Amino acid sequence: MLAQKKKSINRKRLSLLREYGTFALFVLPNLVLFGMFVFYPIGHAAYLSLTRSSLYATRRFVGIDNYLWLFTSRISDFWEVMRNTVIFATGTVTAQIALALLFAMLLSAPIWGRVFFRTAIFLPYVTTTAAVAYVWVFVLDSDFGILNAGLTALVQGTGYTLMAITSGVGLAVPNWMESLAIAPPDMPNWLGGRGRWALPAIMLVQVWKTVGFATVIYLAGLSSLDSELQEAARIDGANEWQVFRFVTFPLLSPVTFFLAVTGFIAGIQTFDIPAVMTQGGPLNATTTYVYYLFELAFENNRAGRASALAMVFFVLILLITWLQLSFAKRWVHTAAKEV
Amino acid sequence: MAVRSRPILTPQTQQTSYRASWQTHMRRVFIFAFLLLTATLMVAPFVWMLLTAVKPDNEVFALNWLPSRVQWSNFQAAWEAAPFERFYINSVFVATAATAAEVFVGLLSAYAFARIRVPGRNVIFFFVLATLMIPVDVTIIPNYVTLSRIGWIDTYWALIIPPASNAFGTFLLRQHIFSLPEELFDAAKIDGANHWHMLMRIVLPLSLPILATLSLLGFIGKWNSYLWPLLVTNSENMRTLPIGLKYLVDQEGFANVNLIMAATTFVVIPVIILFLLTQRQFISGITRGAVRGGA
Repeated sequence: MLAQKKKSINRKRLSLLREYGTFALFVLPNLVLFGMFVFYPIGHAAYLSLTRSSLYATRRFVGIDNYLWLFTSRISDFWEVMRNTVIFATGTVTAQIALALLFAMLLSAPIWGRVFFRTAIFLPYVTTTAAVAYVWVFVLDSDFGILNAGLTALVQGTGYTLMAITSGVGLAVPNWMESLAIAPPDMPNWLGGRGRWALPAIMLVQVWKTVGFATVIYLAGLSSLDSELQEAARIDGANEWQVFRFVTFPLLSPVTFFLAVTGFIAGIQTFDIPAVMTQGGPLNATTTYVYYLFELAFENNRAGRASALAMVFFVLILLITWLQLSFAKRWVHTAAKEV
Repeated sequence: MAVRSRPILTPQTQQTSYRASWQTHMRRVFIFAFLLLTATLMVAPFVWMLLTAVKPDNEVFALNWLPSRVQWSNFQAAWEAAPFERFYINSVFVATAATAAEVFVGLLSAYAFARIRVPGRNVIFFFVLATLMIPVDVTIIPNYVTLSRIGWIDTYWALIIPPASNAFGTFLLRQHIFSLPEELFDAAKIDGANHWHMLMRIVLPLSLPILATLSLLGFIGKWNSYLWPLLVTNSENMRTLPIGLKYLVDQEGFANVNLIMAATTFVVIPVIILFLLTQRQFISGITRGAVRGGA
């Protein structure tokens, strides 16, 4: 009896051991990759951030000097970079969500050519950022760029139209209308000059690149909504705006929340656009967080300082994720099953 | 996902009066016009890129969109200005190999997390998920240091292996394997199948659509990747297309706009074609990820 029981326990142990073996074999490739290229590097970066290092040699331990340098040194661009990055991320995510919501609402109407429009809006999202950014360098050129040419034509056209209308109804044409039409104001020097317009310019490119993603996510959210609530509101006499404002938009809040968080994180990680279009310039106007990290580590060979910058970034991302998790319950209107 | 989208802007309770239908009609015309304008603006940079790529040299700074004659030789000139053949081979090889590695490794571990019931597997899965929160930018410096120590800088290994770890795919595949009917596995178990057999004969055939979607997303992501290949390649022979384009522009300067646009077309056209062919799958892939990952 006892021997038999012991035997069966042994067999059970053996089979569990075998299961463990298979499990290990199956997950090992993934875990080794994660260990080598994700978890270990965090420790390594934390260590490097406390040393004076180049990319090829660690010199000596300096405590928190790198962090102090980042936050307090006069030649550190940290605060300027933070400012640029926050403006970039908040601005692009706001524009992206507002436009995507508009596009998705319009695309969900029974309009001829919907699939074509959706494809056109989504197309920039799949294309290589580091390549299309070159197209934008020329599009935004202050002298030969088609954007400024288009804007100038738009202003002139508006001027002529206003002139025609005012003289048509028999009023005197004011001077400003004439000057709009004949001598339109100079358009922004987007990427050049002293960099006043450079950050808005690369934000425009980011919005162009990502708005299709948000639109498609909103469309998926809209199509999974239960339309009964909207119909009920219509029967109660709500107009289309009220249905949107008080029914559809609140029901979409999980989607909006998701897009806000992922869009913000993507915004603070932006690299390709400033790297290709401006190299952080003019005068640091477009130096974003990751571009600064790249510059410190790979152009100035300051691996220690750059690692400190990376660790601050790590903490910031964790903070955002934590905020996301704790806000999600309170902030978001409906349960996850709505999506 | 299968629920058809209902029109949001039109009243469900159709009024048959002439006025209401006229209003609806006008609204649709207005929406159509607005969407047409939006779509035109969104694709305008691509159209300008293609038209400029075939412009004669003396027209590149003119504001007219249409070239007076089509100069196809720009593509040949761009192709010869840098070893684009090599860049293409590198891009295709690296994106394919990294995607294959990523999907295979992801499927293998997803199966283990979903089907091999050993104590502690959820703790390990939690660590895999945790990597989703870690931005690559935090790890690039130490990874560069590691790769230069083991001599992988400027090799295919550097371009393929580090980007092959993939929590997102593991997560999606695990969910998918959970959704497969238990009876299939029970039947296989009675026939004496081990885990490898079950993975290859049950899970794999039933996962082809999701594997195709993940491969598509992975391939396009790798094709478009810029920062990592920029860091770990030095020699011209190792460059992928976006990096090759960067060095071409650095070397030629911004004056030869038509040449640069022809080269940019080389980089962008394959992904545009791939996307247009697989649009439905691509979009269902990203919305699935988003809707699962969100909320």
